[in-house]
Amino acid sequence: MVEMAKKISKTVLSRTDQLLEVRDFVSDAARQFGFSEEDIANIVLAVDEACTNIIKHAYQYAPDKKIFIAILRNNGTFEVRIKDNGKIFDPEALKAPDLKRNLSHHRRGGLGVYLMRKLMDKVEYNFEAGNNNEVSLVKFLSKKHDSPKK
Amino acid sequence: MSDFKIHHREGEGVNVLELKGYLDAHTAPDLENAFQQLLTEKRYRIVVNFKDLSYISSAGLGVFMAYIEDVRKNKGDIKLTNMTAKVYNVFDLLGFPILYEIYKDEKEAIGKFKDGKK
Repeated sequence: MVEMAKKISKTVLSRTDQLLEVRDFVSDAARQFGFSEEDIANIVLAVDEACTNIIKHAYQYAPDKKIFIAILRNNGTFEVRIKDNGKIFDPEALKAPDLKRNLSHHRRGGLGVYLMRKLMDKVEYNFEAGNNNEVSLVKFLSKKHDSPKK
Repeated sequence: MSDFKIHHREGEGVNVLELKGYLDAHTAPDLENAFQQLLTEKRYRIVVNFKDLSYISSAGLGVFMAYIEDVRKNKGDIKLTNMTAKVYNVFDLLGFPILYEIYKDEKEAIGKFKDGKK
């Protein structure tokens, strides 16, 4: 028997005033899945950062574009897939932010991508022809409890 | 529609910004305006109290990065206080404690200014 992934989805406009709604949507789903408050906060922040990047970089603040969010829950895996049809955004081009250097150059870029990688267990990007960009953010439910503390 | 509020008060030559609510890409411009206002008025001794801030994303942290240099060039500082564990965690992940003074309590931060350091 293969258990079907439970999927829920939401589409929002590419505007920063939608971020609160996105966070509530993800937070509710993560809580239902059984994550700790700390994990919920981390997942919510990672999704916020991904959507903010889409609004800023992929859609460059065009307010009428769409962001498609799907949450797939399967066994101990909680995956958030976020899609857009904007400009391709290459996260690999961003190195880990150097805070001191950023300060002296008034640069703020790269923080979001860096945070997403820190906060989630897995972050993957897929770019398809026809401007279909997708980022997948994965958190495993049991990982924290199984791992011995360092 | 107020997910985020800033309350400004001044005493003993120190400007305190109390933040409340959610600081994200939507509300970060409000904080930018508040800093801009302080700099325009040449107020460089700044304490930011996070007691009632429930949430921060990198867009919010970016605001502090944008203004710290200008403030320090003018012999001032932006000191951060009263963070919840959740908010502190985000600052910590991005390495802010190395570059910013973060205090548990607002009085402590104000005291540092009074000590005459900055």
